[in-house]
Amino acid sequence: MTKVQITVNGEATAADVEPRLLLAHYLRDTVGLKATNIGCDTTSCGACTVLLDGESVKSCTLLAVQADAQEVTTMEGLSADGEHLHPVAAAFRAEHGLQCGFCTPGMVMATVSLLKENPTPTEREIREGLEGNLCRCTGYHNIVRSVIAASGQDPDTVQGLNGHAETAPSGGVEVAPGFSTGSDS
Amino acid sequence: MIPVGFDYERPDSVDGALALLAERGEDAKILAGGHSLLPVMKLRLAAPELVIDIGRIAELRYIRVDGDEVAIGAGTRHHDLEASAEIAAEVPLLGAVARTVGDPQVRHRGTIGGSLAHADPASDLPAAVLALGGTVVLRSPRGERSVPITDFYTGVFSTVMEPDELVVEIRVPRTGTAGWAYEKFTRRANDWAIVGVAVVDGRVGLVNMGQTPLRASATEAALAGGASIDEAAALAAEGTDPPADLAGTKAYRAHLARVLTKRALTTAQG
Ligand SMILES: Cc1cc2nc3c(=O)[nH]c(=O)nc-3n(C[C@H](O)[C@H](O)[C@H](O)COP(=O)(O)OP(=O)(O)OC[C@H]3O[C@@H](n4cnc5c(N)ncnc54)[C@H](O)[C@@H]3O)c2cc1C
Ligand code: FES
Ligand code: FES
Repeated sequence: MTKVQITVNGEATAADVEPRLLLAHYLRDTVGLKATNIGCDTTSCGACTVLLDGESVKSCTLLAVQADAQEVTTMEGLSADGEHLHPVAAAFRAEHGLQCGFCTPGMVMATVSLLKENPTPTEREIREGLEGNLCRCTGYHNIVRSVIAASGQDPDTVQGLNGHAETAPSGGVEVAPGFSTGSDS
Repeated sequence: MIPVGFDYERPDSVDGALALLAERGEDAKILAGGHSLLPVMKLRLAAPELVIDIGRIAELRYIRVDGDEVAIGAGTRHHDLEASAEIAAEVPLLGAVARTVGDPQVRHRGTIGGSLAHADPASDLPAAVLALGGTVVLRSPRGERSVPITDFYTGVFSTVMEPDELVVEIRVPRTGTAGWAYEKFTRRANDWAIVGVAVVDGRVGLVNMGQTPLRASATEAALAGGASIDEAAALAAEGTDPPADLAGTKAYRAHLARVLTKRALTTAQG
């Protein structure tokens, strides 16, 4: 067993854990915070996304011991209470960015990290920024609107025809969800 | 999925990590970002007795311009590369390639050292470092050695590294901002390359076209001999032995290599 001390949502937590304990299980089972969902358990779906020292990470692919002496934020830690929602959570509610809600804590945490790095993203940047988070319900449209709204932009203006980039960053034609990038064009 | 139990150490220096490796290298695994190692441990395809976590060794996380080269600490994360102004100015190919790895969460954790050491021929960064003609710096209690990336890979998931060696640094030449491109072909967002092509200064690195990252040497020779982009790109799959899997046959990958090489060379030409 190894002793870990992890600050979760601003509060000190500590436990003797097996080194193989995943951070997702530490949060859900040891600390008892159940917002962080485990979907795929294979680093694909993003449902388990939390912030580690302010950056989005997938807690199914992190050991609790790797987060020792660091700060973790989960969906529970974002909003003061149900009446005073964090702007990202409020935007997901206002723009109807969820249906069943399973992906939502991961989507919201990934969005918080995205907006910290890029406060006014374009639609394309949002879609790419959330590519590590899967939603089986919404078709993503309202999730993207929620993120646009959370960034203080108007979804109806940003998410228009202009937002749907048809050209790759390099100027070439976008043919697949692959990447084309390069100099001088 | 839960890994088999293991002992865990988190040394705070390279020397500390090397001492542990020297003592228990055969039974131990280095953990950097953990985004290749933990998935295989969770599937129980790997079950090291000791995990040595180097993920927080500060002296391994840096990007420094050093003469004609850029020196990058092995613990530098993919996100560090994509966000770095030095990388954007001195060797932009590397930042652009890092940006295509996985998704933001993966890039917040995965490291360049882990990516190179893992030696998966489908990884993006090894082929980029190969196209750049970079060097991998290895350290062990016996000392330090620099291995040109052309000599680093010996096969799928295998390199010339000894069990007591650690990748400490990656060195790549400063290229300036012109003459590069990366084409990564995937069918889904957030996926590995079916094929990828990195071009810089007339050198061409191929992702997922063989057991190791490869240079498209026939293409490079043709370009050096004055061939047109069309002529040179037509040779991109020569001497390669791509895998066949659900994502594509060998012939499909060879076709992709030629098409992507043409696109990358065209973009790089500006
Ligand atoms: C969902 C997902 C998607 C991904 N998509 C891509 C992609 O599109 N393209 C891509 O290239 N990669 C992709 N990856 C892999 C990712 O880039 C990994 O981060 C990377 O391959 C390994 O880096 P790491 O730091 O996580 O290494 P770890 O997982 O910590 O280690 C990997 C291996 O390297 C060894 N090692 C690590 N550091 C050192 C060192 N300094 N010295 C010696 N040995 C060392 C370890 O012992 C281990 O064997 C993806 C991963 C995931 C989970
Ligand atoms: S549960 Fe972690 S990414 Fe799906
Ligand atoms: S709302 Fe159901 S998975 Fe996203």
